[in-house]
Order: sequence, then C-alpha cells, then structure tokens
Amino acid sequence: MRARMKAKIIITPKKAVLDPQGKTVQNALAHMGYTGVTGVHIGKYIEIDLAPGTDKAAAEKALNEAAHKLLSNPVIEDYKLEIE
Amino acid sequence: MNFTVLQFPASNCDQDAVHAVRLLGHSARLVWHKDASLGDTDVVIVPGGFSYGDYLRCGAIARFSPVMQAVKQFADNGGLVLGVCNGFQVLTEAGLLPGALIRNRDLQFHCENIYLKTVTTDSPFANRIPAGKILRVPIAHGEGCYFADEETLAKLKANNQILWQYCDAGGNLTDTANPNGALQNIAGICNERRNVAGLMPHPERACEPLLGSDDGKWIFESVFAALGEKSVTQAA
Repeated sequence: MRARMKAKIIITPKKAVLDPQGKTVQNALAHMGYTGVTGVHIGKYIEIDLAPGTDKAAAEKALNEAAHKLLSNPVIEDYKLEIE
Repeated sequence: MNFTVLQFPASNCDQDAVHAVRLLGHSARLVWHKDASLGDTDVVIVPGGFSYGDYLRCGAIARFSPVMQAVKQFADNGGLVLGVCNGFQVLTEAGLLPGALIRNRDLQFHCENIYLKTVTTDSPFANRIPAGKILRVPIAHGEGCYFADEETLAKLKANNQILWQYCDAGGNLTDTANPNGALQNIAGICNERRNVAGLMPHPERACEPLLGSDDGKWIFESVFAALGEKSVTQAA
C-alpha cells in the first residue's frame, strides 16, 4: 500500500506589509517577560491531502499554480510549499 | 440606465445598492454569482458584505465565481464597474484593480462616518462631485487598509488613479483621520483605463438625508453623467 501524500503550504505576510497581528503578539510576549523577541509574523498554514501515488513533480507544479492564484495573494504574501 | 448589482453568498449591501440606484431614478437588478452572464447592463456594482464568509482572504473566493468572468469581460470592453467595500476587495483579488486590502492597523472593525477628499474628478465615478466638496460617508470594515508596493503606488500617483483619500472634516489628510492605516490615506482608486473603481466607504448608504448624509449620491450622479455623456457622443 502506498503512503498517503500531503502538501503543506505556509503563507506569511511580505516584509513590507503591515502585520498588526504580529506586532500585537510581539508586544504581548514582551509584556509577559519573553525577552529577545525581535519580530513576530502571523500567517496561515494549509494542509492538502493528495491521493496516494500522486506524481510529486506534477503535484508540485499544480499546487504552485494554485498557491499563486488562490491560496496566497502575491501582492501581500509569500508562501512555501512542501510535499511529503 | 441599467445597473447590475452582483449577489454573492453573504453579500449584505446588495439591496442597499439597488435601493440607492432606484432612489436616484435609475433601474437596478441583482445578478446571482453563479450566473455566467450579466445581461443588458450599463454599470456593474460589486457590493459590500462578506462574500463566502471572507474565507481564506476577503474576496479571494468570490473572484472565481462564474459572474466574475463576465464582469472581467465587461470591464475589458470598457464597461463601468464599481466595487464597494467587499466589492473593492473582490476587484483587487480579481486583478481588476491594483494593490490589496489588509487588516485594519488597530485590528478593530470600524463602523463609523468618515470624511473623504476627492483627489481627482477625472473619472466616471467622480466627475460630478462639486470642487472642494468633502464627502461624509460611512465605513464598515475590518480589512480596509489599502496596501500596494512602492512601484504600484508610484504608478497610481503618476496616472492620477487615487480617487479618494480619508481626511478630517476640514479636508486635511491627517493620520487620525485615517481609520485603517491605508497607505497615503487611500480610500478608493481606479484602474489605468479609469472604467473600474473601488472604495472602502459606502456611498450607497448615504444617498438620502434620512440616513444622516446624502453625500454618497455624488458618486452615483457622476456615473449617471458619465454614461449620459457617452450615449450622447455615440448618438452623434
């Protein structure tokens, strides 16, 4: 039996984009006494289940396209795609 | 004049838009997001609301609706398209307008009246706004902070595509008058061709004194005038 395949996509705000959530959490961490935190960036994590036996290269190509078109907005976000 | 107002699951300003257009003496009808055709229309309004529950990103899912393909084609042919609030978000996600709308800088949902300065009346959406008139219209959004990269911003300015900016009652572009942290107080923009515009404030909710302001009507009057002029030129 073939192992299940999974795609993991991590979406983060671009550096130039205001991230008020990250900033607020960073402030909260500082208030709690966690020192040395120089930045917090809040994004999204998407897990996609793929049919067993999916061709990895083809899935990567398709998911990159999907990440660009729908899953992330390239104007404000970067993403990282991993298939395992 | 025929206005088409799109209706997505969780649109909630669609009826307001229809009401405003009819109140101002023109006809408006709703078109469901699954319809692939707009029918006979002069203007398309992409209304406010929370299309598809704002899942993933505001407007991200709505842009793939069958009706949005028709809107794209309508816009490509020079048709007038106005996006209000969530409609503005949908138009940026669809690539019909540059930039993006992100979370308000204070993370709060803002529901209040704001003041708008019209940067240029050179657009079908602003041509009738009296010179120097500051518009008082409501906003109601959590993700209205306009963002664009520097290159896009420079292009917007060079082409005079910034239509409205948040200001105080005196017309000053202050930081306190900016409700959401939008770059350069930007509240509304248009595309390079000037036939597609979007704004976060709600002109359709401010078209009669009973609602506290009728300043929003100037935006609709501008559209009526733009189309009136167009049909006159076509007839000549």
